[in-house]
Amino acid sequence: MKLDFSTEEQAFRSEIATWLKQNLTGEFAQLKFCGGPGNEHRSPQQRKRWEQKLAEGGWSCIGWPQQYGGRSCSIEQQVIFHEEYHRAGAPGRLSLLGEGLAGPTIIAFGNEAQKQKYLPGIVAGTELWCQGYSEPGAGSDLASVKTKACFNETQGKWLINGQKVWTSLAHQADYCFVIARTNPASTAHKGLGFFLVKMDQPGIEVRGIKQITGTSEFNEVFFNNAECDAEGIIGAPGDGWKIAMGLLGFERGVSTLGLQMQFRNELNEIIRIAKQNNAYRDPAIRQRIAQSHAELKIMRYNALRMLSAQAENGTLQKEALIYKVFWASWHQNLGELAIDVMGPEGQILDKSNSGSEYTLNHLQAMYLFARADTIYGGTNEIQRNIIAERGLGMPKEPRA
Amino acid sequence: MKFVFTEEQQMIRDSAESFLAKVSTSKAIRSAMATEQGYNQALWQRICQELCWQMIHSPQAHAGIGLGYVELALILEKMGYYLLCSPFYSTVCLAINTLLVAGDKAQQAEYLPKISNGLTATLAYVGKTTSHGDNRWGAEAVTATAQRKGTQFILNGNLRYVPDGSTAELLMIAAREQSSVGEEGISLFVVPAELAGIERRLLPTMDQTRKQAEVVLNNVTLPSSALMGEEGTGWPQLKIIIDLATIALAAEQLGGAQRVLDMAVAYSKERIQFNRPIASFQAIKHRVADMMTRVEVSRSGVYYAACVAQQTMKAGVLDSTQARELAEAASIVKAYCSDAYFSNAGDALQIHGGVGFTWEYDIHLYFKRAKACEHFLGNGAYHRERLAAFILD
Repeated sequence: MKLDFSTEEQAFRSEIATWLKQNLTGEFAQLKFCGGPGNEHRSPQQRKRWEQKLAEGGWSCIGWPQQYGGRSCSIEQQVIFHEEYHRAGAPGRLSLLGEGLAGPTIIAFGNEAQKQKYLPGIVAGTELWCQGYSEPGAGSDLASVKTKACFNETQGKWLINGQKVWTSLAHQADYCFVIARTNPASTAHKGLGFFLVKMDQPGIEVRGIKQITGTSEFNEVFFNNAECDAEGIIGAPGDGWKIAMGLLGFERGVSTLGLQMQFRNELNEIIRIAKQNNAYRDPAIRQRIAQSHAELKIMRYNALRMLSAQAENGTLQKEALIYKVFWASWHQNLGELAIDVMGPEGQILDKSNSGSEYTLNHLQAMYLFARADTIYGGTNEIQRNIIAERGLGMPKEPRA
Repeated sequence: MKFVFTEEQQMIRDSAESFLAKVSTSKAIRSAMATEQGYNQALWQRICQELCWQMIHSPQAHAGIGLGYVELALILEKMGYYLLCSPFYSTVCLAINTLLVAGDKAQQAEYLPKISNGLTATLAYVGKTTSHGDNRWGAEAVTATAQRKGTQFILNGNLRYVPDGSTAELLMIAAREQSSVGEEGISLFVVPAELAGIERRLLPTMDQTRKQAEVVLNNVTLPSSALMGEEGTGWPQLKIIIDLATIALAAEQLGGAQRVLDMAVAYSKERIQFNRPIASFQAIKHRVADMMTRVEVSRSGVYYAACVAQQTMKAGVLDSTQARELAEAASIVKAYCSDAYFSNAGDALQIHGGVGFTWEYDIHLYFKRAKACEHFLGNGAYHRERLAAFILD
């Protein structure tokens, strides 16, 4: 057990740091600290071009195997990449869902033709993805999805009908991975399929959801006889749940280290404001800032412990279960700390707001958006059930 | 960068686990804690002679094993888990650290081999005070005085909260020049406990699993060979000693927090109400899920801090350029683990319901120990303020 990085790892760190310094310039300079959760609505076109710039530099999908266009980087190198990426203030990744979720799923469960068809666009940063899981009636109870996929023999295509909700970046995405019921008589996690669906088609309508922040990055997506090629299903009809759950493992991957650098940037901004407005003299505020600092520092070692064990044993260990509930709760507290440090001034919106406008500054938006952290990707309550049942072997709640 | 244990470290942890599970049973704890000494002499000798744990991070040149702080932390975690009653913490984490950080070669050569033979020792640095000051565990806590008289030192004062202070055979004492304040004028001394002018009194404690004492110094006359390091400039060293001891205590707290979680989970699976184990109620599941979260976060914190301590003191040799990072790590981990252990102990007691309130069930032993650990060397609020000063001032 040791904390220091090897000479090769240090060299890798300076390679990515230098590349970012040289390329986060010109038209991309204004993208610094732009995007990410709560700010996804900002500069999408330029951020897509930035994805392509990253790809040209060989910095997209670095953890993927080389044969699929990645760099086969070790966990340690990926940790370094994500830390340096966000240390430099590089923009939130628009291709997060493709690189982090869709791609790894296709690599793990897809056939060769699917890999050839879908992976190059993710690597090149030209094709963006979104995730079609939640539905109005299937939130925490995800297995109760009602969206149906029916194979139409005459057209030789799957036809999808139903509605998804909370679909991040659906309005930017070129593809959506969708879980839908292939067997209409089935219930719960049986009879589901995992589909790769093209977004630009008449059968799909995307409507933005105006959020607590006044902006929209989540959407409703309506499927009305939306078409999906016969080859667009991963695995067999009925495998959908297994594949969707396999993907949850990827979701707790290394990109969380990057998230922590964003958190660090936010905490630094809060500290700057506290010093400026003298909030730092308030003993209660001092306690809260120190607590946020201490727990953020430990969070890094939570991640390193989880990733090192995964690299060593090939599977996620029990301790990985606590990761989401811890960072989500921590970040929500940070939002409250931010707004309390700003005091009454934090209630005032930027002067450029007029009439019906509702434009928040970065920390105001973070404060509100952090309410979603403990809800999306498995609510804190669902996370606690999972920790208790899988981590501690507690019995399941008897079904009513 | 590898944040996993080596095979050797896993072996140390596993052997500590199996040994302590056998010897530190509920019965053994209760019989040791009921004595004034507070530990079983035969068991302490086994630990010293057969396992040699007390020498784990001392240099091989002085009868040590020459391993590091990560290995020490693994053993402490298990001691906290099994609530071992022993003078290990006082002897190793307070006294040996003092010898390694502040002692000269001659003092190390004299005392480390004795400790290797089972001698017990402790550190006394906190003076008696009536104020609830901001810095009761820092430099201002040192109130005993040391007055130079020719080649000798005369020590006076009243020291409190000394772990195992009534039984330790060797004392490390911090004292300051008369009328000096703050970080100035502090010196460290090593003295045999049975010396004219030293009076030691057991302080009866709510937590009976680690004894505390008051040490009164009444014109104690010491030769100059008792001085550790330079006269009057001992604070930077004492600060490192306290930070190392703080990290060690957090490792114990981690073990305790894990133990009360395990006890709560086991009990909730056994206890039937409304015709089902209470473990199947979300009210219980969510509570234990939060307990496990606190345990795993504590674990990450302890292993990180132990790595920093290891960098600070490789094979018993001090690298004082690491002092600031050590101090930060100590406060981070002590702030978190203090709150985690106490919350978990309180939650575990609650999950036990009525029986958790009895003397018969063991949960109260941990509940009491958690609060004692929380306050010793500074509670969460104390360490958060120390961090705030780093970040904000």
